[in-house]
Order: sequence, then C-alpha cells, then structure tokens
Amino acid sequence: MKIVVPFKSVPDPYAGAGEAAKSVINPFDEIAIEEALRIRERGEASEIVGVTIGPPAVDEQIRSALAMGVDRALRIDDARALDPYAIARILRALIEKETPQVVLMGKQAIDDDSNQVGQMLAGLLGWPQATFVSKIELIENKTRLQCSRETDGGIEVIAITLPAIVTTDLRLNEPRYVSLPGLMKARKKPIEVFTCEQLGVSVAPLTTTLSTSRPPKRSGGTRVESVEELMVKLKQEAKVL
Amino acid sequence: MAETLVLIELDRQQVKRPSLHAIALARELGGEYALLILGSGLDEIAASLVAYGASAVVVADDPALAEPLADRYASVVADVARQRNVKTLLGTSSTFSKDILPRVAALLDAPMVTDVLALEKVDGANAYRRPINAGSMLATVKVDGDLRVLTARATAFEAPTADAAPPCPVESFKLDGAGLPDGMQFISREERISDRPDLTEARVVVSGGRPLKDPETFERLIGGLADALGGAVGATRAAVDAGMAPNDYQVGQTGKVVAPELYIAIGISGAIQHLAGIKDSRIIVAINKDPDAPIFQMATYGLVGDLHQIVPQLIEAIRQG
Repeated sequence: MKIVVPFKSVPDPYAGAGEAAKSVINPFDEIAIEEALRIRERGEASEIVGVTIGPPAVDEQIRSALAMGVDRALRIDDARALDPYAIARILRALIEKETPQVVLMGKQAIDDDSNQVGQMLAGLLGWPQATFVSKIELIENKTRLQCSRETDGGIEVIAITLPAIVTTDLRLNEPRYVSLPGLMKARKKPIEVFTCEQLGVSVAPLTTTLSTSRPPKRSGGTRVESVEELMVKLKQEAKVL
Repeated sequence: MAETLVLIELDRQQVKRPSLHAIALARELGGEYALLILGSGLDEIAASLVAYGASAVVVADDPALAEPLADRYASVVADVARQRNVKTLLGTSSTFSKDILPRVAALLDAPMVTDVLALEKVDGANAYRRPINAGSMLATVKVDGDLRVLTARATAFEAPTADAAPPCPVESFKLDGAGLPDGMQFISREERISDRPDLTEARVVVSGGRPLKDPETFERLIGGLADALGGAVGATRAAVDAGMAPNDYQVGQTGKVVAPELYIAIGISGAIQHLAGIKDSRIIVAINKDPDAPIFQMATYGLVGDLHQIVPQLIEAIRQG
C-alpha cells in the first residue's frame, strides 16, 4: 500500500519574538508524516511519498521529511501565492499520477489557517474523507480505515473505503525527532521536481490577499490583590456578575 | 432566485444556534437568501426557521442523511446550490462546516474563504476580512469568479432576530438517497450529556490549563466555578492532551473560538494559540501563580496566586452573592 503525504513549509510557530522565523514543516503535516511512518512500521504500508509545492528553498523541509523516514519526495516547482483550491487541483494531478491508497495530510496550515485542501482534494477525486482525525486503524483486510474524528460535539467514529483522504488533528501522535543517521540517509534519497505544465495542470488562484493588518491590541493589565477585590471589580466596574 | 444559500447545522435534531449567525452575513451581502437543512425527519425543525427573513427554507430530508457524512452531504449541498443558481454559499465556522463546505466548493469549482470576520468594500467590490497566523494578523481577501463559498465566524456576527415578516415557504429538495455516495459510514459518536451551556454560546466561560493536574481537580475547580456562574467549561490544548478534559473543550486556534461576556482563565499562561480563541471576550480574568505569564498582558483583571486556594474562595464568594 502506498501513502502520499502532502506537506507545506510554514514559518516556525515557536520562533521567539523578534527572531527571524525559519521555515519548518507545518506541524499538522508533520503529524501526518509520523502517522504514515507508523503505518509502514506496522507492516501495513510499503511506500511513503512526500509531496510539496514551492520554490527550491522548500527542499530543506523536504530533507526533514526524508530524514524522518519518507521514502521519496516530489516538489512542484511553483513560487506563486496559491490558494487552497489551486493547491488541491495541483495535488489532484499528482495523486492521479501516483495512485496511492491513502492520502494523509494536516487539517490546516498554521499560517493560513484555512482548513480546506484535504476536503477539496477529496471532492475533486470523489474519494471518501476523514477530517480532524485523532486515531486511524486499517480494517477489513486493508480495504477500509476506521477513524476517530475530533468534532465540536466530541469524538465521532467513521469507517471509510479506500482510496481515501485523511486529515490529521493534534492528538493523533507525537512526531519523532530527526536522527543524525536519518539526515545522512536523507541526502541520498531522490527529490523529483515537476512543473505544473509537466503535470498538465493549469491553475490560477481565485482568491487574492489584498492587504494584511494587525488586529487591535487588547489593553489589559489591572492587577487585583485578592478574591474580594476581584469580586468588587466584576460587580461594580465590569458589571458582569 | 436566492443569491445566497446558508447551510444551517443541526445537532441531535435541534438547530445549532451559532450556525444562525451566518444569516447576519447573508443580510449584509444583500439580496435574497435561502436556508438549507439536511437530515432525517426535519418537519419541525424546518418550521422553526421560517421567520428569519429567508426567501425559503430548503429541506433535504432522507434517512440516508441521518448522519452528517461529508461525501453525501457535500453532494446534496452542491446539487441544491446548482439548482438554485446561488452566488454565495455560506456556513458558520464549525467542524461540521469545515468538513463539508470545502468539499462542496471543489464540487462547484469555486474558491472558498474560511472564518470571515467582516465584509469590506474594496474599490466597490466585496472583500472579506479573516484571521491568519492564529489571529495575530488579519487578511483582507478578494475572490474572483461567479460563485464562492464562505464560512462566517459566529463570534463576529450577531444572532439574527426572527422577523415580523410573514413566514417563508418550506421547499422540499427531491433526492435519491440510494444514489448518494456511500464510501463513508457512521459508526458511533461520544454522547456526553451535560447540563452546562454550549461553550460557543455561553455568557460565561471558565477554562483551565495544565496546572489543574488531573481530571478530578479540573472538574472540581473549573467545573465548580463554571457551575457557580452558570457557565461553560473550556480547556487549553495542554489540559486536553494530558487527559484532564475532552477534546471538544479545547479553546484556541485549532479548537473553539469563544467571545463570552466573561472569560476566566485559570492556570493558563497565554500561548498565542490559546489567546487566538478568546481575545474577543468582553472581560477576561486571569488567575495564575506566575506574575510574568503573558495572559496578564491581555486580561482585564489579573490575580497572581495559587489557584488551589483562590478558586475555592472564588466559588464561595460567588455562591454568597
């Protein structure tokens, strides 16, 4: 069984204030890579292919994915500011070429926070989907997946027929650290590069970010010294009790 | 024909109240809007929606739609949107909408904007404001094409009031349940019956972080204070990861976004991912033993001290009025 894991490079969310943020694999996608590795380590998958879209600079994150244990990687060379629907259409072309049984990816990128690509890809391919997943099991002789989903109402369990798309939530697993031997091995693994033209897809983003701004800052900071003082503030000043 | 179609979410045969907030955005967009519900046995629910100023309540009622499976639901929503020739398909940000609507967007060959906070006009055209980077930035986004899919963040739009206008018609959408996609199967849902209000609708939310230590202490202190205030219970990712609270209590970038009158953060240091989910609360109270915790910079009132002493005192003070 082949698993494809699409992933995105994002600014490190844990970079300190003022530090120039280096790029990392989107944390949700890292969880997807880890889950693919665990499925392979259980003997339930034979190959894991990592896929990303971007300029040559993202090869650094591809090396990280290969160092974690991804078997080979593809990069679509496209430096444009793409929107989720454009990305989903490019990924569809790749998935049709690679014909995996499972596509595992993060539920959202922590920079754009759109939470769209996996579901769009499933819609384009006409495949079943399991989103916001915190547990995955292959069932019925590897023809279906049973997935626990984190929904607003609590955990929901569904079964989906393969091939299918799964998007990962935070509690699915804890990704491993990259080892030095892993990094050494990663240098020898191939990264194939394609253009959209070579894949036969012509997409233009349909959404454009016109401007960005900082949200109004919340001014806070009244310290109170005791529960009594807090109660007085909440009753008389905030009038919320 | 309605220009906008609003997908309304149901939960255990009831309208999920925050999903009505998208109606406020539909009204701002102008033109007619229709409401859409999917499920099984919907007559009463449909009747409860006829007074929100819509041109119609469209009902897709079939046993095959008893559970919100994305492949079936997306297929039906896309068919309704096509049949009615809508320009905007709208939902409220929730795991329900986020599961289904991007899939619908792909079926309709349309772009989508998630978590709309406000409608803006740029050079006379509609643009949408939305949070990015865990809410630390706001982006204004323009959309090309004839059709778009949007989710509105419930906390950014008012709940609509029912109209005095005459009730709108209920239209049944004819569908072939047996012909729907069947690659997804519902197995079970965690049923937790709680007397507490829904986290995203509560007037008061009390949330706890990792220092609560275990589920019993979490329930006694966070649950106890919430009950004294008639509020809902929330948690940080760390508290959920540690098994102190269920996943659907999580507040923040990847959990729920809340904007209550009063938010009480207990043992929460204030990671940006958590603050992303609470910053629109009217009053924020922080109780933490670390005087340098970032939460104090945004809290309306901060109290430094040991939560194990302070919270029981606070519960007692509230009980006494």
